[in-house]
Amino acid sequence: MVLGVCVFVHLVTIIVAMRGDLSAAAILERTQGNWLWFVFYVVFLLAVVVHAPVGMRAVLDEWLGWRGTGIDILLVILALALGIWGLRAVWGVFV
Amino acid sequence: MKTDWRARNHPAWWAFLVHRISGIVLTLFLPFHFWVLGMALNEAARMDDFFAWTDRPLVKFAEAGLVILLAAHLTGGLRLMALEFLAWRGWQKDLLAVAAGLTVIAGVVFAYVV
Amino acid sequence: MSDILQVRVWRGDEQGEYQAFEVPRLESQTVLDVVSHIQRHMDPTLAYRFACRVGMCGSCAMTVNGVARWTCRTHVSKVAKDGALELAPLAHLPVVRDLVTDMSEFFDKWARARGQFHPTATREDPFARVRPDSPERRNADAGIECIGCGVCYASCDVVQWRPDYLGPAALNRAWTLINDERDGARNERLRAVGDDAGCLACHTHVSCTERCPKHISPTAGIAGLKRAVMKAALRGDL
Repeated sequence: MVLGVCVFVHLVTIIVAMRGDLSAAAILERTQGNWLWFVFYVVFLLAVVVHAPVGMRAVLDEWLGWRGTGIDILLVILALALGIWGLRAVWGVFV
Repeated sequence: MKTDWRARNHPAWWAFLVHRISGIVLTLFLPFHFWVLGMALNEAARMDDFFAWTDRPLVKFAEAGLVILLAAHLTGGLRLMALEFLAWRGWQKDLLAVAAGLTVIAGVVFAYVV
Repeated sequence: MSDILQVRVWRGDEQGEYQAFEVPRLESQTVLDVVSHIQRHMDPTLAYRFACRVGMCGSCAMTVNGVARWTCRTHVSKVAKDGALELAPLAHLPVVRDLVTDMSEFFDKWARARGQFHPTATREDPFARVRPDSPERRNADAGIECIGCGVCYASCDVVQWRPDYLGPAALNRAWTLINDERDGARNERLRAVGDDAGCLACHTHVSCTERCPKHISPTAGIAGLKRAVMKAALRGDL
């Protein structure tokens, strides 16, 4: 139930964040030391880290029949790994 | 018994398939994307090598593919939110056309800038 | 219009095969007419289900050339342009025999979605006055004509992929009751439909809406349930 609502809320976050991202490639060179972009990327990343495993959860459940607490825990671990790796990347283009 | 493609052959179902496939591909792309960006931290030279490697037609083509998938996933998601969160009206196919159109535009714009 | 229809009919239960029949083609012939012709004149052991023949009872739905349809009001000319018909039982339901499915699970899910009306008044109370043009009444009107034929359920891929999913018809029923101002079980019903097996599992494939013979949009009702569940969750009612 709560998860269901979270999906919607975070979907909004992603899409709001995404709108700014369309010109990210051009701005990549200007990100170093830019706090605005740093904050944006962190927010964007967090939204992605939530959205991607939730989406994959539905795919695994519906197309492969993988469901249950074990899969949920695995997805949380993958989400954390993705988040840590992503934060490293954001930090990488910031400093 | 199960249904087959004949039961699914209508626009909204194809839109779902595009949304799901693009979502899976983008998810698989993310770790790779982060890996390259992470190179900036202490392997800047390697990152430059990588950027040099990307400057070839086939890679550009793949990048355009990713951009189109991202645009398709974004517009497809916006389409779903409009359908489900705004008052219901018979505009599923209009929304679909707009989403597809915006995706094509994103692809064209990307092809133009690279 | 050719004189003969080439018809393949599913025989057996979950295991089985298609049996071929050649049926005389008639003017204004419905798919149910074809099935009845086979049963009466060619093979009396063919099992199928129908009652009213005029699109009210919801018992004659089958898979016609791969698409779930009400057979009594589906003209052969609409679905068999090349003179061939493939008839199978509805998908996503256990096959009893031939074209007959066991619909218990389908209706059990209506009950699980709290599809029962929970009155707040007694027979001693005056009639409730529901304004015909109120948004709630209009929402209920849009979904209330469901005949329970199971076409939406058989067309929904989420039902196939998540066997515990309540399905479009049960959720549509819940939505009509959510909009019934005389009903007193709103929050219980939102709890019953507000999880992974309920409205939140819907991917808006819109197959149910595409196929509903009564032109109801269960997708619209499910979207309404999603909004109602979200609002109730934010208010802390669930």
